[in-house]
Amino acid sequence: MRKPMILAVVSALVVNSCGGTTQSQPASSGTAGDISYKAYGDYAQYGSTPDVAGPCSYASIDKKDYSGRTLKIITHAVPVMGEPTVLHAKQFQDLTGAKVEVVNVPFGDLFQKIMTPLQSGQDAYDIFFNGSLWIGDLNPYEAPVPDAYLSVPAMQDVTQNYKDVATWNGKMIQYPVDGDRFYLKYRTDLFDNEEIKAKYKTDTGKDLRVPETWDEYNEIAKYFNDWDWDNDGAKNFGSAEVTKRDDLMFSAFIGRAAPYAKNPNVKGGFYFDLETMKPLINNPGFVKGLELFVDAQKAFPPGGSSFGLGDEILSFGGGQTALSYSWDDAFIQAMEKTSRIRNKVAAAPLPGATQVWNRNTNQWDTFATPNRAPYITWGWGVAVSNLSKNQDIAFDYLCFFSNEANHTLDLQIGRFGVNPFRTSDFDPKFWEEKLGWETNTAETYTKTLSGMDGAPNRVFDLRVPGVNEFMTSMATGVASAMAGEKTPQQALDDVATEWAAIVDRIGVDKVREAYRNVVALEDAQ
Amino acid sequence: MADRERQPAVSPEFESAAETPARRVRLGSPAGGSSLRRYQLYFLLPGLIVLLLIILFPLLFTIRVSFSSWSSSAPGLNWIAAKNYERLLADSRYWESLLRLAMLAAGTVLIEYVLGFGLALLVWREVKAKRFFRVLFLVPMMTTPVIMTVIWRTIFHESLGPANEVLALFGLPAQAWLTSSPAALIAVMVVEIWQWTPFMLLLLLAGLLSLPKEPFLAAAIDGAGPIRTFFRVTLPLMGPISVGAIIIRLIEASKIMETVYVLTSGGPGTATETSSFYIYIRGLRDFQIGYAASLSFTYLVIMIVSLTFIAKALNRAFVGRRV
Repeated sequence: MRKPMILAVVSALVVNSCGGTTQSQPASSGTAGDISYKAYGDYAQYGSTPDVAGPCSYASIDKKDYSGRTLKIITHAVPVMGEPTVLHAKQFQDLTGAKVEVVNVPFGDLFQKIMTPLQSGQDAYDIFFNGSLWIGDLNPYEAPVPDAYLSVPAMQDVTQNYKDVATWNGKMIQYPVDGDRFYLKYRTDLFDNEEIKAKYKTDTGKDLRVPETWDEYNEIAKYFNDWDWDNDGAKNFGSAEVTKRDDLMFSAFIGRAAPYAKNPNVKGGFYFDLETMKPLINNPGFVKGLELFVDAQKAFPPGGSSFGLGDEILSFGGGQTALSYSWDDAFIQAMEKTSRIRNKVAAAPLPGATQVWNRNTNQWDTFATPNRAPYITWGWGVAVSNLSKNQDIAFDYLCFFSNEANHTLDLQIGRFGVNPFRTSDFDPKFWEEKLGWETNTAETYTKTLSGMDGAPNRVFDLRVPGVNEFMTSMATGVASAMAGEKTPQQALDDVATEWAAIVDRIGVDKVREAYRNVVALEDAQ
Repeated sequence: MADRERQPAVSPEFESAAETPARRVRLGSPAGGSSLRRYQLYFLLPGLIVLLLIILFPLLFTIRVSFSSWSSSAPGLNWIAAKNYERLLADSRYWESLLRLAMLAAGTVLIEYVLGFGLALLVWREVKAKRFFRVLFLVPMMTTPVIMTVIWRTIFHESLGPANEVLALFGLPAQAWLTSSPAALIAVMVVEIWQWTPFMLLLLLAGLLSLPKEPFLAAAIDGAGPIRTFFRVTLPLMGPISVGAIIIRLIEASKIMETVYVLTSGGPGTATETSSFYIYIRGLRDFQIGYAASLSFTYLVIMIVSLTFIAKALNRAFVGRRV
């Protein structure tokens, strides 16, 4: 029953790249053919790519027979990560004969849907896609990636940064399928426009340049706020940021505060002092970051103070604002083929700070070159449950999910939310040839992203047990300052008090032990 | 009314059928009474067990969970005595959300009652296209709350939404509907009122249609005008149904969740955070199951007590007036 079906599926998948006609490869031949997703939906525009031979290739996975077995996966809602999960599940099912059941859940409910069965010892899901910042909570339930998968070429291509993100206490327990970070996005038709540069110089006495510090970012954003600088008949605005309290705003705040609070000369903790576990969230560095976040509201589009991630994507990606920063999505949206600002955007590292708080001396240190603190923000992690009785199929699925052919196609489908995390992803030629990006855009994008990977002074998420409690508390404090309910100092003092209480509740040693992993990442640079 | 009171509780044909010889024998002796009670118990038992399972068990389990520290980092039902309740007493955000909820619920239900009554009066009497209007007014209630809130979010969108354009037509300044505290609270109320006024209309219209005609005829004969008739006849007669409708809506309004979730996420700051949303954050976002259980149980007790008092007060105000 299985083989005829596989032949049909592989026939659909394996497309002759020369003539464009379908050419079947023997299902069990193990040889490479060209892969296209077009048999599975509206994917024809992304073309085809070779099936790179290896243990996770289409040809190799096709040799496996998992008939009569069921793989259960929980993932995010469609499209971000949910759509590729479903797509690759269908392909995997067709190739191996396994039954693959996928449950798509909105992000707000994902953590509890994963955690509840795990805590009660139920083998509800073999694979769970999750926010990589939850590793502090989920690690007891995650099966280590077997050595056989660590040596596959696609895994070898993953940068050390993202291997580290997937690793806990020296063992890789999440399978790398995505890479995320915060970076700056700006409009090149604005920053490279000689007329506008001259006007800016006349009005402000300063040269217009890509902001080097957050002070400068706010200043430029405010200047370009509320007037039609791209002459399209509609008003433009300064900055689009993720500001909605429970819609990932905590990450925006961390990105802004990092260069003021992460001093490269001070080791031993960014969020807490690792020795005492005293929260550092209300130190002058973080307060300065929040003051500037509050101030930036003057450059937001109408409603910008309650922008969720989706709003930020549409605002910058739709050409409304001059500047933005967050995950890749807004940049990718701006570079869509139908976008009116396609190839009018570029990427740059997040702005830095010339004054950086030193918690050892309790003074501001002055930096001649702005201090940068690249924020390797959380992205999509995926793990195999250690309760699963199908770990063999589960790892094969993940290996297949991220094989070279799938990864090449997934990277091109912006809505999938699969972003660069392999060395080969940082080749500008890929983006120019596959997606038609102009050289400047492709080069700034890949240079910015790859530059963050090995950068010193990186900041990671607070990957400790109860991370959601910490982040909710932070977001509430930041939101109250943004709404004018409290001063930035009051707001962050309250957050610090709450963080101390959370640490006490969870257990100082438990949090410290987990936090040691984060500090190790931040200090080992 | 007197005629109605004299009517038998069971119609005659059912009365004779129910009075079987066996029944007469058992009712006639103490032994028969005890046997009947036993049979009644047997018949009730399956229903009672189901009731216990579906109502009481989750409640008892919630109470038990509330005495544990169950969270993402401490799975399972340990025993921490009343620590969650101690924490709750000092949790100003919870009490503020309760107070906000009380104001929000009272405000929306009051407006819904007034609007619902007005609309019910409009379609009660003979008007053209009465059936059309009755269905039209019910449309908001039949829509999916989450989807409609998304639509409303677009309406209130400060640069793309039509709400500010409408204000501009009247020369009024644009409002920061979702980013300023008072406006966001108003936006939440508008959506709730839009969604649930039809429910009030439905109940009140049913009440109006069931009113006897005689008091209205008597009032007309006595020369009472429409306003006097409304306040002296319609409103008092509608007392019991009004109390029921208000209480049902208060119970529902006290659970405002999806509107806040979609429209404002409780913001700006905590300006629109209600108790349900706060409990959701603590329970499902933060995964503090034990603490969220204590918040939920406390909320339940507060709701039962306050709604009992409100019901009594409303009864005194509406129904007591007739005595």
